[in-house]
Amino acid sequence: MNLSLQILAATESNFVVRLFEFAISVLGWLGIPRVASAPLILILLVLGTMLGACSYAIWLERKLAAWIQDRVGPNRVGKFGLLQPIADGAKFLLKEDIIPAHVDKFLFVIAPTISVFTTMLALAVVPLGPTTPGDDFQFMIAPKLDIGIVFLFSVTSLAVYGIILGGWSSNNKYSALGGLRSSAQVVSYEIPLGMSVIGIALMAGSLNLETVVDAQARSGLFGWNIWFQPLAAGIFFLAALAESNRLPFDLPECEQELIGGYHTEYSALKFGMFFLGEYTHVFTVSFLCSVLFLGGWHFPFIAEPDSVGMLATVLKIGVLLTKVFCVIVLIMLLRWCLPRFRFDQLMGLCWKVLIPLSLGNMVCVMVVREFELSWLWLPVSSLVLFCTAGYLGFRPAPPRSRPVKHAETLIATHH
Amino acid sequence: MPIQEKDIVWIEEPELSFWEQTFLPAVAGGLKVAMKHTLAQHSVTQQFPEERPDLPLNYRGVHRLNRDEQGRVRCVACMMCATACPAHCISIVAEDASKEWPDRDKRPLSFVLDELRCIFCGMCEEACPCDAIELTSIFDLTGQSRAQMTFDKEKLLSNYDQTKDNPRDPNRTHRGRLGCASELDRQPISATSAKPPEGPRAKKM
Repeated sequence: MNLSLQILAATESNFVVRLFEFAISVLGWLGIPRVASAPLILILLVLGTMLGACSYAIWLERKLAAWIQDRVGPNRVGKFGLLQPIADGAKFLLKEDIIPAHVDKFLFVIAPTISVFTTMLALAVVPLGPTTPGDDFQFMIAPKLDIGIVFLFSVTSLAVYGIILGGWSSNNKYSALGGLRSSAQVVSYEIPLGMSVIGIALMAGSLNLETVVDAQARSGLFGWNIWFQPLAAGIFFLAALAESNRLPFDLPECEQELIGGYHTEYSALKFGMFFLGEYTHVFTVSFLCSVLFLGGWHFPFIAEPDSVGMLATVLKIGVLLTKVFCVIVLIMLLRWCLPRFRFDQLMGLCWKVLIPLSLGNMVCVMVVREFELSWLWLPVSSLVLFCTAGYLGFRPAPPRSRPVKHAETLIATHH
Repeated sequence: MPIQEKDIVWIEEPELSFWEQTFLPAVAGGLKVAMKHTLAQHSVTQQFPEERPDLPLNYRGVHRLNRDEQGRVRCVACMMCATACPAHCISIVAEDASKEWPDRDKRPLSFVLDELRCIFCGMCEEACPCDAIELTSIFDLTGQSRAQMTFDKEKLLSNYDQTKDNPRDPNRTHRGRLGCASELDRQPISATSAKPPEGPRAKKM
């Protein structure tokens, strides 16, 4: 059943739905058929909201950074600097858009659009509000997509093409290094990201994001996946941070060594598009964390699955957005707590820690599901895996013998 | 002399405990510090155009050309400052002054100081035998072109008129008495207090 029919069949009492009906009728009067107008309205709504939210996320990030460093932050444009995003946007629009002479023009222009396009595309399957399977209306651009999680990961991993092409086409060593790092990083972290979610899919028995949320919501506060899969939640969060190139994983653009990395040569709106892509990615990641692990729109007593009506819809959206907001703030706080990883540490963390851990976790979920054991084994197995990893790192190295001879040879070779 | 075993101190990297190895305490500690600063009420920064910095008295800012008691330029065009200047930013053209001003032979016809070349070292001030050129506490000099940043005699004299009544920029040549910058060993380094000002800082929100 497509979206327009869902809206047609929606409960009349729901104000939000009736607003959609009105907008569809206006578009119909303009000659746009229902089949096209309903997704169009949702897409416009989500895109508009996302652009505004992204610009204010940048404001929030600057404010938070300032507060952590005991500064005031943007405070000149409007009260509390609240008009700063608008000033920034105007600046991006009006600045001179430089395309250096030595770049590959076609790829140089297309790279930022790939970056924005792919991250925006990922939003199509993310539940943005209450989604209960069986309901007629769902707050998703593309609801009832049974390969939701697979689609999401396949599309978000495409975003790295924007970075690689941007870095390569800039024809500049810093940019090329940024692009190279990015490709290695994203390819590596894709693996733990996917494997940590396989456990969730196994538990819900579906790759459909609505079903995943529904399964959590129906089993209450302690049915949220984070209680059963704390290790997977941690791995997912870390890998997702790395995927979206946020500190401490921002090696593709690290300002101190690569100037700007892949976007060194970009200016004006093209740089703005890279920025927008990155922040949209952060939003997508935060939505996914909330949906996969933190129960989506569910919160006990406030937003329960059996509550219906206008108020319940608004509350559910509010609960989901609050969770997303908390995850975003956590991501922004982490930026100022952890130093950037060295490249070998980055690769080591992924291949030596996260991938084995997520594999082990996946096997544990499989065993629990196959032999129909109690789900309470899952947090226990997570804890055991985590402690094993900590112990393996902690095991003291055998004492090294360092005779004086060694020092003498060192000095001899030095002179 | 060969190295003895006892002379060598091997420095090992510290061993991490089990919890430290999991990185969790470090991350939690970092988040705690970040939250503490986030929730602090006041900022440590100055809101510049509204709050002015409390500069030390020996701060070396923009130059001025001093006037004497009769309002004439003190400079006698001896070229000492131009000679001392390591950046070669001062160019003086002298003219004969013995007719109008019997107390001196020469005065500057033009006195041009390129503030863009100046390194604000204060050597001109040191070199001047009649305390005509001095550095002031003006630090926020700006201009829209290179020409605007090339200060001539009138501009430098107007700097004097602007700063002569400022307690931070005393005329250091009152009958041979030197200004406050020469008394730094007896005075606090800053005009108001030795400590940075403790007035209420801007609220963060």
